[in-house]
Amino acid sequence: MPLPQPVAEELRRIVGRESVIDAPNDLRIFERDGSIEGAVPDAVVLASSTEHVSAVIKVAAKHRIPVVPRGAGTGLSGGAVTIRGGIALQVTRMRKILAIDPVAQTALVEPGVVNQELSLVAAQHGLFYAPDPSSQKACTIGGNAAENSGGPHCLYYGVTTNHVLGMEVVLADGSVHWVSGDAPDRVGLDLCGVLVGSEGTLCAITKIKVRLLRIPPSIATMLAAFPSIETASQAVSAVIGHGIVPAALEMMDSVTVGAVEAHYHAGYPTDAGAVLLVEVDGIAESTRELMAAIGKILGENQGYAIREAQTPAERELLWAGRKGAIGALGRIKPNYYLHDGVVPRSRLPQVLSAVGEIGEHYQLPVANVFHAGDGNLHPNILFDLRDRQVLHQVEAAGEEMLRAVVELGGALSGEHGIGLEKSAFMPWIYNPDDLGAMHRVKDVFDADGILNPGKIFPDPSRKSVHLAGRTGLAVEAKWW
Amino acid sequence: MSVDGFPPRSPGRARVGADAFARLSDDDLATCVHCGLCLDACPTFRITGLETESPRGRIYLMTQWKRGTLPFDEEQVKHIDLCLGCRTCEGVCPSGVPYGRIIEAGRADVEDQRRPSLKRATSRVALRQLVGHPGRLRAAGAAARVAQKLHLTSVARSGRMLPRLRARFRAPAGNIAPAIGQRKHRVAFLVGCVMPIMYPQSHDAAVKLLQLAGCEVWFPPGERCCGALFAHNGDLEGAERLREANMRVYEAGTFDALIVDSAGCGAHLKDFYPGLKGRVKDLTEWLAEVGLPEPKREARIRVTYQDACHLVHAQRIKNQPRDLIRALPGVEWIEMRHADICCGAAGLYSTLEPDMSNRILQQKLEDVLATHADVIAVANPGCQMQLEVGLRAHGSAMKVEHVSEVLLRGY
Ligand SMILES: Cc1cc2nc3c(=O)[nH]c(=O)nc-3n(C[C@H](O)[C@H](O)[C@H](O)COP(=O)(O)OP(=O)(O)OC[C@H]3O[C@@H](n4cnc5c(N)ncnc54)[C@H](O)[C@@H]3O)c2cc1C
Ligand code: SF4
Ligand code: SF4
Repeated sequence: MPLPQPVAEELRRIVGRESVIDAPNDLRIFERDGSIEGAVPDAVVLASSTEHVSAVIKVAAKHRIPVVPRGAGTGLSGGAVTIRGGIALQVTRMRKILAIDPVAQTALVEPGVVNQELSLVAAQHGLFYAPDPSSQKACTIGGNAAENSGGPHCLYYGVTTNHVLGMEVVLADGSVHWVSGDAPDRVGLDLCGVLVGSEGTLCAITKIKVRLLRIPPSIATMLAAFPSIETASQAVSAVIGHGIVPAALEMMDSVTVGAVEAHYHAGYPTDAGAVLLVEVDGIAESTRELMAAIGKILGENQGYAIREAQTPAERELLWAGRKGAIGALGRIKPNYYLHDGVVPRSRLPQVLSAVGEIGEHYQLPVANVFHAGDGNLHPNILFDLRDRQVLHQVEAAGEEMLRAVVELGGALSGEHGIGLEKSAFMPWIYNPDDLGAMHRVKDVFDADGILNPGKIFPDPSRKSVHLAGRTGLAVEAKWW
Repeated sequence: MSVDGFPPRSPGRARVGADAFARLSDDDLATCVHCGLCLDACPTFRITGLETESPRGRIYLMTQWKRGTLPFDEEQVKHIDLCLGCRTCEGVCPSGVPYGRIIEAGRADVEDQRRPSLKRATSRVALRQLVGHPGRLRAAGAAARVAQKLHLTSVARSGRMLPRLRARFRAPAGNIAPAIGQRKHRVAFLVGCVMPIMYPQSHDAAVKLLQLAGCEVWFPPGERCCGALFAHNGDLEGAERLREANMRVYEAGTFDALIVDSAGCGAHLKDFYPGLKGRVKDLTEWLAEVGLPEPKREARIRVTYQDACHLVHAQRIKNQPRDLIRALPGVEWIEMRHADICCGAAGLYSTLEPDMSNRILQQKLEDVLATHADVIAVANPGCQMQLEVGLRAHGSAMKVEHVSEVLLRGY
């Protein structure tokens, strides 16, 4: 439904004519993020400043129009999809790094700054920004904060919330506030803690102050092959059982390795049932010692073809393969569907064999690539949207996999957020009281439901939790 | 010869694609998984922040056109027009989306659908007239005029911005330049259309380097423009006709490799001339393979390098030019930030989309000037022109040289 013309005019007056997009065919291009859900916004508004964001939200609040903040749209749970229509409030033009303080080791950035760009610039001061989602080439710091994103190196360094010191946010009435600040301890009520990970449902983030860390003097990266995904999981438990917490500990199964090798030629052993990528950092002596110890443990647990990257270029290549893994799956099938459930590490072997069986049962290829150290699964179900019959199978398989995770004592999402795709499953882990408590928090911030409605909380008005039953032009247009 | 000075079409060949969007391949389009990893690699997304000006958005648009789920809308063609065709997205896409092939097919399909425009028609005719016809380019006179006629640059409207035109590159008598020292290889050399007139010194240096590397260099007589500029602008038929003419020339000779020192031509030859499969080599790719003799002189310059889109993304050649330059004694190497992002030249783009081209150039110049290099090395005439114009406008004394010229400083 197009915005009423007077509202569109109001928005144009705020951000400028060029920065409001409401041509229906153009809006179709904004219907998705990195997941497979789709719904067309009524307008896309490009903000260039906090003042823009605030004024746009005021207009939306006045007319009760939904506002969905949007970064790069790499989200994997449908977070940026405008499921109730309304305004997609794009912050990608707010991409200035406002300040880097090399002494305090902090950076103040606008929300549209791309994750990797921040680390590139910080590197000039010998610093880096630790949370490194595999999408870091494209995803924004604002999106990271909204999803409380993780990444391979979050095993050791912690996820986004551990690195956000404070934020400037715009609330649902358009008012602008600072939450927290410089102090490592968030004094008083920890509003920043509440807002990081709120998936655009409580506020729009307009500035973020983050902690930067010193680039470690020595980094060592090791690759090891295993006969099966189970043996590799055993090895993961063994490493951590020895009291070693590597900076990163990532697993890829044979399906993933095949796809990744085809693009990156990173030298992953394609005959392996699974490979582990392990990284440690610190001072040179300690990384050498740790690597030796880890290599020994991996060997004792059926690891073979164990090798350490000899040069920074080799290390980069090993990581490029891992970080491009999900995208590389497009070489096998044009679409993926994944739930990033997380289980206690000790349950990895069990849950992975359950995932394998479910895939076999539905005769769907599944590619596993994930943060093994955290027990954070990413079983990618591979399929072709053009084959419309398959979608029900895909959904059913995805749901069963997530069910297996929950039954083994796990949680719905390790890092991608609940968004649209997992909201229907929230009652699996939260009882009505818990959900009620969350609702009350939402009401405090946004009683009218202006900000990113239809996310996180299960939607009773929707009869079916199934993707195929969802609205949005992607479906109407027989996109699936 | 046909009226437009172009090799005639071979008889009986039907115009490709009678039905709408027939050239676009659904399977190519379906390789895009919509992950978005390419977004920030795209110069037009970096400037506009808009999904519609991103690779993912363009692919989504073309997919919907192809599948008929979105009606063709003349207004939306601007998103396709604004694409530089730089293929940076292709280099970062882990799914292996053949973006270059997609955009060429998409542009050709779009040309059939859209209303004709005088500006595009003029540039196409000018292209066919000048590039397709060897004699006319030469007659065009000063460098700026050539650039203007070719619609290669809009910023250079006043001739002051571009270097003075030197004497045209000429192939040696007998069309052979002998190897210096022992002859180890015989290579063919693409003289091309723009390079010999705009940048003869690059060719001179390239040929000299090949000779030093023990190559006998053959200049195929009767060779025409390779057709790259045509294909990139949706004139696939024009490009096909040039390919037919050129293949006849190449098939008449023997050579180990066809050496190309202009990245745009190299990428086109590799993609579009299956008959030459495996034998097309970029100059730096070939020199890295066969090796150069020990340099004799110290270069004593601070050098940085701007990747040519058609080298680094389309041909995946990134290290060879860097390694060759760094191996020169006396060179102080500085890697530029965002070196692999387009400078905004992109063939005819700078004329057709002058505003976006200039915004991209200005962003590029920030990174270029921050290197404080004496020389910025390039691998394509389009980049050279764009950077020369930009640097002069900024009053910078930094020199723009082809990699071959930089390398020859060592001999
Ligand atoms: C190939 C691939 C690999 C990935 N790997 C990882 C990984 O390793 N770890 C991980 O955690 N995630 C990963 N992701 C998921 C995704 O990249 C992250 O969730 C990322 O943080 C999203 O950032 P974005 O800028 O794309 O946000 P978007 O997708 O645009 O938005 C995500 C959510 O944040 C909200 N939002 C965005 N900006 C703001 C703002 N300024 N204020 C308030 N709310 C906002 C949106 O409303 C939406 O709900 C991956 C995705 C892909 C495609
Ligand atoms: S083109 Fe490649 S990188 Fe870009 S969205 Fe598609 S699959 Fe991802
Ligand atoms: S070719 Fe260049 S301009 Fe076009 S979509 Fe790809 S990165 Fe963007």
